[in-house]
Amino acid sequence: MLTVENLHVYYGAIHAIQGISFSVRQGEIVTLIGANGAGKSTILKTISGLLQPREGKILLEGEEISTLAPHQIVARGISQVPEGRRVFPELSVLENLELGAYQRKGKEHLKELEWVFELFPRLEERKNQPAGTLSGGEQQMLAIGRGLMAKPRLLLLDEPSMGLAPLLVKEIFAIIQEINAAGTTILLVEQNAHMALSIAQTGYVLETGEIVLSGSAAELVRNEEVRKAYLGL
Amino acid sequence: METQTTTGLEKAKAVEKWRTHLFPAGLAILILLNILIFMEHLGFSIVSRYYKGILILAFINIILAVSLNLINGITGLFSIGHAGFMAVGAYVSALLSLNMGRWEFVSPQVQAVIQFPLVLLAGGLAAALAGLVIGIPTLRLRGDYLAIATLGFGEIIRVVALNLNITRGARGIASIPNYTSLWWAQLFAVVTVVIIWNIVHSNHGRAMVAIREDEIAAEAMGINTTYYKVLSFTIGAFFAGVAGGLLAHHLTFISPKAFDVLKSIEILLMVVLGGLGSITGSVIAAIVLTALPEVLRFLQAYRMVIYAGTLVVLMIFRPQGLFGRAEVDLTVFKSFFRSRTGEEVTSRPEKRGGNGGSA
Ligand SMILES: Nc1ncnc2c1ncn2[C@@H]1O[C@H](COP(=O)(O)OP(=O)(O)O)[C@@H](O)[C@H]1O
Ligand SMILES: [Mg+2]
Repeated sequence: MLTVENLHVYYGAIHAIQGISFSVRQGEIVTLIGANGAGKSTILKTISGLLQPREGKILLEGEEISTLAPHQIVARGISQVPEGRRVFPELSVLENLELGAYQRKGKEHLKELEWVFELFPRLEERKNQPAGTLSGGEQQMLAIGRGLMAKPRLLLLDEPSMGLAPLLVKEIFAIIQEINAAGTTILLVEQNAHMALSIAQTGYVLETGEIVLSGSAAELVRNEEVRKAYLGL
Repeated sequence: METQTTTGLEKAKAVEKWRTHLFPAGLAILILLNILIFMEHLGFSIVSRYYKGILILAFINIILAVSLNLINGITGLFSIGHAGFMAVGAYVSALLSLNMGRWEFVSPQVQAVIQFPLVLLAGGLAAALAGLVIGIPTLRLRGDYLAIATLGFGEIIRVVALNLNITRGARGIASIPNYTSLWWAQLFAVVTVVIIWNIVHSNHGRAMVAIREDEIAAEAMGINTTYYKVLSFTIGAFFAGVAGGLLAHHLTFISPKAFDVLKSIEILLMVVLGGLGSITGSVIAAIVLTALPEVLRFLQAYRMVIYAGTLVVLMIFRPQGLFGRAEVDLTVFKSFFRSRTGEEVTSRPEKRGGNGGSA
């Protein structure tokens, strides 16, 4: 579904992504794991068009999308749940969700709204509350729900576990699996390798802008280096 | 996270309280003002020329404040050159009026009624074009390049007007026809408020608010942020141009001095005082800040001190402006009367349960 080939991304002179290639198959959960600063967010931002690569290709079902603007990429079925949630703080939960469906016409999005409220009943309870007054976990739920409102084919998740208590992380990851089971392909970026590999089928290990390991999630969990460096075993 | 919630709640409560107290007061003033204006329209001369002039200025300032609020309050941009767009509108419309000549086939009164809205429109369009020219290059970038660009633009326009032959330099343009009646001023103010209110409450307005709240997230939602920033800026510039045209045809004389940085700051103050993002606030602040210097006229030299002091105090105690982002609209109307009949006013944000899953 998504193929990234030999991607190079720079911040000025900083060579943040140094020739990365990977692919995401339809229906999968793929995870990119790596430490802080490895380049995970940079990759997601490049896919969603917020950053432009200097070199390389990003193909969505064969179509080159790396030269498109973010709104054109959303229109092609990719939606991003950004790092640190980035909800619209003064707008209500409902308004945040409606903005997620910004490009959709009329009442098309009502089905997704119902689904999001099913996945996250707490959002429905708080639908008229300003998003900035939600707890961190609730904001993460809102950010994911908002991403789903566009009815994406591919959902990009940037560290959904960040800053959350372990129990809440479990809850959110279970819902990510549920979203995937309903037919949405997922590219998950995580520092929490343990949780990420527990729900993904395929994984890539990222270190300072390069992929150093890849394989099925089951293989990676058994890999000695991964166990030492990322799972603390 | 808990503290965030309580401050959010307190803020909401404060807004609610503010609304219920301000609403009847504002409504009373508006009704009185309208009765007055209506009598005037009917031909009663209750209001002296002097007060009529102040009312016209108030309406012009409403257009300026509300249109700048679309840019700075709703979309979250920072423009500080509104007077520059005013100047474009003022000069273009004044020069058009002066050069249109006398139409032989209609009476002068009829000509004025047809010609005036057209020259105002032309002034507005010229200002909008200037807005596009500045907006497109600066608004494509993230960050506050707009502030610098608009500040520079205001000065450039002033200098150009000072040096061009057609604008007659520092002497300015005199004997512009006195077309701006209370009628026209009120009509254009109402039309501006209605149009901008509708933009804000449309899908476009929602995109603009999203940009204000978090530009990167808005972009990630599929909002074409450059388009909406330029749109908001251009619409704001258009109405500033119209206001400039109204002012030119009210004062019958314009010179570059009338459109300097101080004028831009005055408009900015109205928006900040009323509350960035609140149209109601901009309207009220425009009226108050038009009337206040007149009311304080008897204090002579201390006038500006009191004026500035009031603003400083207000900014300390209510930095979000009089209205914050709240609007006085029909929902407030309903909740006001409900609260008077004993029902609980439902403050928008709901109370959270004691241990509602904070992380
Ligand atoms: N806006 C930026 N300007 C300059 N360097 C940046 C910027 N954002 C990220 N970087 C650098 O790029 C590298 C990758 O960052 P990032 O993609 O955010 O990593 P991760 O998401 O894996 O923590 C880091 O070295 C970081 O310092
Ligand atoms: Mg990151």
